[in-house]
Amino acid sequence: MSVLSHVGAPVGGPKDTVREPVAGQRRRRLLPYLLLLPGALWLALFFAVPAVQLAATSLYDPAGSLDLGYAMTWAFGNYPDALAAYWPQFARSFAYAGIATVLAVLLGYPLAYAIAQKAGRWKNLMLVCVVAPMFTSFLLRTLAWKTILSDNGWLVGLLRDLHLLAPDGRLLATPAAVVLGLTYNFLPFMVLPLYANLERLDYRLLEAASDLYASPVRVFRRVTLPLSMPGLVAGTLLFFIPASGDYINAELLGTPNEYMIGNVIDSAFLVRLDYPQAAALSFLFMAVILAIVFVYVRRAGTDEVV
Amino acid sequence: MRFGRWIAERWVLALALLVLGYLFLPIAVVAALSFNRPSNRLSYDFNEFTLDNWRNPCGPGDMCSSLLLSVQIGLLATLVATLLGTLMAFAMVRHRFRGRAATNLLIFLPMATPEVVMGSSLLALFVAAGMPLGFWTVVIAHVMFCVSFVVVTVKARLAGLDARLEEAAMDLYASEWQTFRRVTFPLVFPGILAAALLSFSLSFDDFIITNFNAGSSTVTFPMYVWGAAQRGIPPQVNVIGTAMFVIALLLVLGGSVRRRRGVAA
Amino acid sequence: MANNGPAGDLRLANVTKRFGIFTAVDDLSLTIPQGSFFALLGASGCGKTTTLRMVAGLEQPTSGQILLGGAEISRLRPYKRPVNTVFQSYALFPHLDIFENVAFGLRRRRVKEIAGQVERMLSLVQLEGYGKRRPNQLSGGQQQRVALARALINHPQVLLLDEPLGALDLKLRRQMQIELKRIQTEVGITFVHVTHDQEEAMTMADTVAVMNAGRIEQLGAPAEIYEFPATAFVANFLGQSNLLAGTVTGTSGADLLIEAYGSRFSVPVERARVRQGDVHLGVRPEKLFLAPAGDPLPAGHQGVNGVVTDSSYVGVSTQYLVRTAWGAELAVFAPNTGIGGQVPIGTPVTAHWHPAHAFVLPREAGAGDRTAPILPDAVAAAS
Repeated sequence: MSVLSHVGAPVGGPKDTVREPVAGQRRRRLLPYLLLLPGALWLALFFAVPAVQLAATSLYDPAGSLDLGYAMTWAFGNYPDALAAYWPQFARSFAYAGIATVLAVLLGYPLAYAIAQKAGRWKNLMLVCVVAPMFTSFLLRTLAWKTILSDNGWLVGLLRDLHLLAPDGRLLATPAAVVLGLTYNFLPFMVLPLYANLERLDYRLLEAASDLYASPVRVFRRVTLPLSMPGLVAGTLLFFIPASGDYINAELLGTPNEYMIGNVIDSAFLVRLDYPQAAALSFLFMAVILAIVFVYVRRAGTDEVV
Repeated sequence: MRFGRWIAERWVLALALLVLGYLFLPIAVVAALSFNRPSNRLSYDFNEFTLDNWRNPCGPGDMCSSLLLSVQIGLLATLVATLLGTLMAFAMVRHRFRGRAATNLLIFLPMATPEVVMGSSLLALFVAAGMPLGFWTVVIAHVMFCVSFVVVTVKARLAGLDARLEEAAMDLYASEWQTFRRVTFPLVFPGILAAALLSFSLSFDDFIITNFNAGSSTVTFPMYVWGAAQRGIPPQVNVIGTAMFVIALLLVLGGSVRRRRGVAA
Repeated sequence: MANNGPAGDLRLANVTKRFGIFTAVDDLSLTIPQGSFFALLGASGCGKTTTLRMVAGLEQPTSGQILLGGAEISRLRPYKRPVNTVFQSYALFPHLDIFENVAFGLRRRRVKEIAGQVERMLSLVQLEGYGKRRPNQLSGGQQQRVALARALINHPQVLLLDEPLGALDLKLRRQMQIELKRIQTEVGITFVHVTHDQEEAMTMADTVAVMNAGRIEQLGAPAEIYEFPATAFVANFLGQSNLLAGTVTGTSGADLLIEAYGSRFSVPVERARVRQGDVHLGVRPEKLFLAPAGDPLPAGHQGVNGVVTDSSYVGVSTQYLVRTAWGAELAVFAPNTGIGGQVPIGTPVTAHWHPAHAFVLPREAGAGDRTAPILPDAVAAAS
């Protein structure tokens, strides 16, 4: 019943009436493929093919090199080798990203809720304020955190004066700094889907619920939270995926002791040029992420991610 | 109980403002540093107020050319990604066809794949194909990761479009093409515009994928910042960061004022 | 193409529409005379909107023909048909102002001198000066009138109205019904009006077609259908009827004799849709009168004994339920004329009627009474 589905169907006087539906139907059947073709081809060629090739590269002979060339030896051993060498970075990636996700929910949910339900005429302005920091370069913002957290910065001084930090305690170059950076940088990805969901929440439902459950805490647990699950699922995924793969925060705010899997993959590809191992790490990482995504989406019982 | 609710409402709003403060803290630092005359190249501390950086933003050699390059790549990638993604969104919302589930997966996967993985695997492809790294490989990569976001954004707008509006147009003597031009497109346009803006900001700010696929001679603005971070950041970088922030803020606010005046539906 | 009728008639010939295995419109044949106000009445899902959409060209019939003034139009694209539609919830273009909404059809046909026509049309629907506003700045009733103006300005041969008043509140709806009727008389265009509101259909249309399950159950003038429905469905969709299950036992002069629950009733033969076998004996609630049990009935009347089980006072009338000995509940509407008082619940009564007000409908073997009162609320919920 769509408009586009009819584009190009020949139309004319009664003479066309016999021929028209047949030709129209054939074009109608072809049209979606024509519309999809360029984009799908692009994604297939520059996303799917490289992914397959990545899987293949991960099974190359690890003894090869970029200069000598690689041989396909179905070296499944690359996987256990890579995992044995870099499991701490793997574990750290998921731990840091996991903690940051929890923090982002704690910070992002009230913000999204306040914008959606409490902000009134300030709604648009607050929404802009969530998005606007993204336009200042990601790297610059992270470097700014480096300034804020630096040893002779005001924050460290303040915390030391309050005895919240030992006199020689630091913020920069600690796991806390990396987690804080991750939380900060990807927070909008948490807030926006949550906001989109909470905005559609019918305020009358909440009033009806407070009529039934009385306590605001119970209203939140029984009504608001369950209804916002699709937004929460989308938000946590959109947050967790880039956070776990990020290496900028670990690089700028941490030390090699805080390196995540992204740092390892980056250096394996660009510094050490160990392609089979880098590919094995990448593929393993992608597989784990996808597994997490699918299990999580299934568990949360929502398909509204895409 | 009334008191409890009063506290609950203010409490949420207050917390929200604190979080917004957290979001703006580094921006404030960037803005402050744009007026700083650093004591030495590696220092990030505020030393002395100056307007020099704003008077001469293109001072440090390659910075403005990297900025220009980022804008070029961003515009080109946005154009292509918006076009491809919009077509796909129309196909997905308006048509039934075989292979729908597979297409959905193909659109979803790039959003669920970490950037390091996409960047590195694409690099492996370019290397294997013998394609020289540079401007075009970066554009290809940027289009690839922007397309999915365009599809999702335009799809949402298109799905919310009342099909009866198009039927009404056809009923009122608009041919298929006129219906598209006079009704469908103007109504979907805000979604396409939002998708284009999103694409541009994703492309402009991307470092990880770009770093894999740019080679050594193509330096985008984020790559310039990254390189400079190792050597000592020229304060003009903060001028650019602040200016980008202000421009974006004005653009978005201007757009919402226009909308409130009732220009868009 | 000999029997295509006069110049402007809209004719549907054996039109069928299937969606997969679901038959929405089932072998429908129908002629709508030029210049008439025609209502398609039915519950949701009965196929009335699908019929309308096929005339508009928004759906293709699976089989059959649609002819307008003798020309086959069923394969024409919507914009090639001299037919316009007022959509349910109006479908006004939100990105265009009222002027451009109304001018849309003229612009597409590259008509000159648009401004004057649009102004005239806006004044016809009493919206002068609203041209610069946007649809979302108008009330529901105003939007409805814009939708009407947007369609009428094209001078279509047929104007299709798809539940055009459904979104309006009751008072505005009544007002718009009168307005629509006035405009139709003024412009003389054929109106085909789809609705589930029987009162709306009856007040506005010259001819009403009651649709059920993709077929037309009955077609005729509103009074004709109401006074002598053709099927049990029509008897209870258009207004409300008490239908008693009975069997024809014979004739006596000009009367058909019917036995139901051990009692004998008679109905004039011309008031019977069937003359033998299983039948429903029908009487409208307002044609039933209540008399104290045992009192003599007026001359010629016949009645059923029962007990009043419920009464609701609705202003112009009081609606009673009378439970018969075999458990059927008859609805009786007594006008509040001020003569005679209310009948208390629990009173034994005789519900009686004049045989000329009764009617006889075919009944499927085994089907029982159809007397469960359909309250106005239930009608609204079902539609």
